[in-house]
Amino acid sequence: MLNDPKNYSENIKPFQPKIPYFMNCLKAFLVGGFICLAGQCFQTLYISLFHFTKQTAGDPTAATLILISSLMTGFGFYDKLARFGGAGSIVPVTGFANSITSAALEHKNEGVVLGIATNLFSLAGAVIVFGVVSAAVLGMIRLFIEQIF
Amino acid sequence: MIFLYAFLVGGAICVVGQLLMDLFKLSPVHVVVSFVVLGALLDAFGLYDKLIAFAGAGATIPITSFGHSLLHGAMSEGHEHGYLGVAIGIFKLTSSGITSAILFGFLVALFFKPKG
Repeated sequence: MLNDPKNYSENIKPFQPKIPYFMNCLKAFLVGGFICLAGQCFQTLYISLFHFTKQTAGDPTAATLILISSLMTGFGFYDKLARFGGAGSIVPVTGFANSITSAALEHKNEGVVLGIATNLFSLAGAVIVFGVVSAAVLGMIRLFIEQIF
Repeated sequence: MIFLYAFLVGGAICVVGQLLMDLFKLSPVHVVVSFVVLGALLDAFGLYDKLIAFAGAGATIPITSFGHSLLHGAMSEGHEHGYLGVAIGIFKLTSSGITSAILFGFLVALFFKPKG
């Protein structure tokens, strides 16, 4: 039955583009791997040149990658990278910065306060909310368990 | 050697994200959110520090490390001040990342024109 609404998802299958699973994964692996490799290069550089320790070098490394990815978003390069790399450009911290910058840019014409400032976290807010909620709950549970034993 | 491990582990984490998007039809925001919760969960069992020791930036650059840092900061203050310390310390380690993301995002949005 072609017009049966129950079979709709089955019927449209031949008309949907096939997802190239392997190529998508390969691209995500390469792009994500290179972003992390760049991060490792910055981290090694900060440790050897500016006397950061292994623990403290993470902050300037993340900040550098965030600056680069914000600028790339501004120039429109990061969108092209995201179209190629998929999750490889979304999962690293650069994707977090990209979501903030692109959301702000998109609403720029609504003004600095109502457009840029209020929409800065329209996508990245979910990350912070779920991160804080899960970390707070898990932190309290772990503290509770540590106090018992 | 740390460079190779950073590339491999960082790439592998992104492949997991790509599979979640392709196979389970999750939106990018859902993938990122689940990775943050996963990072906090792994850190709750002390596993994420081992991954960082092994892969360096391959473990600290993916967004999973955001959940790990949140819990790490919360626990370090929590050991000193009890349950209130969880709230005091939760942004302790991630504040530089969030600050730079807000600052650079705001400035770029201010000075650049939207493309596409």
